[in-house]
Amino acid sequence: MLNSKVPLGPIKDKWTQYKAQAKLINPSNRRKYKVIVVGTGLAGSSVAASLSELGFQVDAFTFHESPRRAHSVAAQGGINAAKDYKNDGDSVWRMFYDTVKGGDFRSREANVYRMAECSLALIDQAVAQGVPFAREYSGYLSNRSFGGVQVSRTFYARGQTGQQLLQGAYQALIRQSEVGQLKLHTRHEMLDLVMDKGKAKGIISRNLDTGEMKIHMADAVILATGGYGKIYYLSTLAMNCNATAIWRAHLRGAYFAAPSWTQFHPTSLPQLGEYQSKLTLMSESLRNDGRIWVPLKAGDSREPNSIPETERDYYLERKYPSFGNLAPRDISSRAAKEQIDNGHGVGPLKNGVYLDFKDAIQREGKGVIQKRYGNLFDMYKKITGMDAYETPMMISPSAHFSMGGLWVDYELMSNIEGLFVLGEANFADHGANRLGANSLLQACVDGYFIAPHTIMNYLAGINPNSSESSQAGEKSLHESKDKIQRLLKIKGHKTAEEFHKALGKILYQKCGLLREKKKLLEAKEALKVLQEEFYQNLLVPGDAEAINFELEKAGRVEDYLGLAQLIVEDALQREESCGAHFRVEHQTAEGEAQRNDEAFKYVSVWESLPEGKFYLHKEELEFEAIPLTERSYK
Amino acid sequence: MNLTLNIWRQESASAKGKFEKYYLDDLDSHMSVPEMLDHLNEKLIKEGKDPIAFDSDCREGICGQCGFVINGHIHSPEKHATTCQTHLRSFIDGEELYLEPFRAKAFPIKKDLCIDRKAFDRIIAKGGYISVNTGQAPEANSILLSHETAESAFDAAACIGCGACVASCKNASAALFTGAKIAHLAMLPQGKMEAEKRVKNMVAQMDAEGFGSCTFTKACEAVCPQHISIAHIVTMNREYWKA
Repeated sequence: MLNSKVPLGPIKDKWTQYKAQAKLINPSNRRKYKVIVVGTGLAGSSVAASLSELGFQVDAFTFHESPRRAHSVAAQGGINAAKDYKNDGDSVWRMFYDTVKGGDFRSREANVYRMAECSLALIDQAVAQGVPFAREYSGYLSNRSFGGVQVSRTFYARGQTGQQLLQGAYQALIRQSEVGQLKLHTRHEMLDLVMDKGKAKGIISRNLDTGEMKIHMADAVILATGGYGKIYYLSTLAMNCNATAIWRAHLRGAYFAAPSWTQFHPTSLPQLGEYQSKLTLMSESLRNDGRIWVPLKAGDSREPNSIPETERDYYLERKYPSFGNLAPRDISSRAAKEQIDNGHGVGPLKNGVYLDFKDAIQREGKGVIQKRYGNLFDMYKKITGMDAYETPMMISPSAHFSMGGLWVDYELMSNIEGLFVLGEANFADHGANRLGANSLLQACVDGYFIAPHTIMNYLAGINPNSSESSQAGEKSLHESKDKIQRLLKIKGHKTAEEFHKALGKILYQKCGLLREKKKLLEAKEALKVLQEEFYQNLLVPGDAEAINFELEKAGRVEDYLGLAQLIVEDALQREESCGAHFRVEHQTAEGEAQRNDEAFKYVSVWESLPEGKFYLHKEELEFEAIPLTERSYK
Repeated sequence: MNLTLNIWRQESASAKGKFEKYYLDDLDSHMSVPEMLDHLNEKLIKEGKDPIAFDSDCREGICGQCGFVINGHIHSPEKHATTCQTHLRSFIDGEELYLEPFRAKAFPIKKDLCIDRKAFDRIIAKGGYISVNTGQAPEANSILLSHETAESAFDAAACIGCGACVASCKNASAALFTGAKIAHLAMLPQGKMEAEKRVKNMVAQMDAEGFGSCTFTKACEAVCPQHISIAHIVTMNREYWKA
């Protein structure tokens, strides 16, 4: 059993107690310590800025040309905080409860409580930075509601909340690069973790513009490299999102928790053709006013507006009357897939469902709807060429968020000493399903408010020495160079893109929204075959000494092929359904996910062994504050 | 559908570039422009040729990473759209297109259609922020902000840093980019404290990077994917004179 190092005492006091007892470093000594931060999205930028403000030396790395391009920028709908500005019964406890329940009782209670607790200060911080959240006419902050909850606790900046929060964090980071001890390394990709005497002591980087590879040493390493939903190829993620940093850290010994728990977002745009490279997300906030339906009759190909009310099935409202169109993401996505699989899908490929604003426009007027979602409707028009004010949007589920990630304890430290993992890259707060608007929150809270304390506590226990060159570093550098040469030398016939597409297909079909033993076993075989073919038949043009996007892609696909096998292993091992992980064999009579708390009330935490074998560790989950119940949204 | 593409090829920053012609006859009108280039690149790689280097990440118009010039249009022939939000249905079957990088002295070409826009980060570094450390913030609702001001601040803050404004300007001015950040922060009570220093330093950095001056042709506003208004340039100038 793994030790999560959750402090003793009542849940409400744990974080306060932790901070009160955490070790500190005198301000004049902090500058002797160096911390590496990989990734400059919300979690990475915020922790890098906060540590630099405290006086630590920080080396921040991003593969982007600028930190502002990180994929946090694309989050649309909002960020949750238990401010209770609406007087609608919200509280830290309510938010904690909603999140634990939303995660289907597979998250760590103490972490979730802390996230809800820190949400209050986060909104304050963002406002102080100049994030232009929506305001009431009175000048006070405005809120809206999101899936899986019955209060309005979501703060938002039109449909660009992630962009605005990232601007705040990016500006804080850039400011520290000017006034603090922070050094920014753009267009640098992390290729390996450097370990020394069992501790994380540095990274190997590759300059993507020049090809130069280098060792960077530090006293602690933070990975804030985001999620890996792009492993499914078609996903809502940006093209360059990858698992390389966390997977290579995993291969150096960092345990990977719940790798198969990927959230499928219910409101993305359906695939239109084989050439397609991504599925665009439409914010979940649209479900506040849009009604989801399919034609009652399977195969009905009439125009949506000519299908009368009586021949429509508003299936979410029918099946989940109390939450309706705001049912949580896992449930909404599965319900959509069920309709599509049963022949009720709409659109040219019959792979979508309708999201209809007709009633909202009639009720509130087009102006109001335009104000709320104008930019989303514009985006929809740009991408599909269709006007959603006139005809319903078409949406479908798409791979989106990774609840799984590197395992971390209460201090956000992995099982490797000195290796911290923040934001979507870690596993902790969301359990088996993430609630909408909790992702931006977790990234920010990890970076601004948690890691600065826990990292100082760690550093206070070691002597600073980041200047010492290490033999381990030299060895990792050589291995990383060899790895690249190995890919270049294959000179086969298939591009990295083709392998990635093939990988995505296997995962969607056999380890997607629905999982069953037979198909998972097929996936296991298919992935092995694909990986073998990759090493025999990969074609990467050019060399490693200059800009080579294909080489970057090949390295990422190589890592995805390894991770995919662990994803399938994890999905196979968990003989229950929980949240986004739906095993067809384990469902209730009504077709809902059936948890098995007696056998699976733990997090599956994986270690990679040589020759592609995996070893299972467990973290037992205790539910002391919230009793285990069946999760119902009916 | 089919298209003839003339694409700017340039090996490196110091190399000389030129247009090369490619012919594609198996395109779909729903493809986006980057998807068309993905498709072309797959072919080039298999023919043993160097694929076209182009930047593109989120492919939904928000990360600011993509962007090149298509037949003289910055980003796109569509109004206020990024390159990634441009689909082949915007072109006529059989049309001939010219694709070239955004051109500005301060945005050196790295390879083919890729440019270096780090100059933008250096402008922000000179004051494009509010100097608040983590932990210093007061309760959020203690800073009241009218609905209209919040909306205007958002309009300015919506900039994605793509550089279309610079590329569209005959002087390669970064006034819209810089003005939008200055205006965003100057509008907010919490940003006023540093307004003077901010505008002086950011404008000085903008000049030092080699961006040209603004002559109010409004070309930038016409192409900006986020509809950023040139009114922010007026705000910047006013703030500058005040300082």
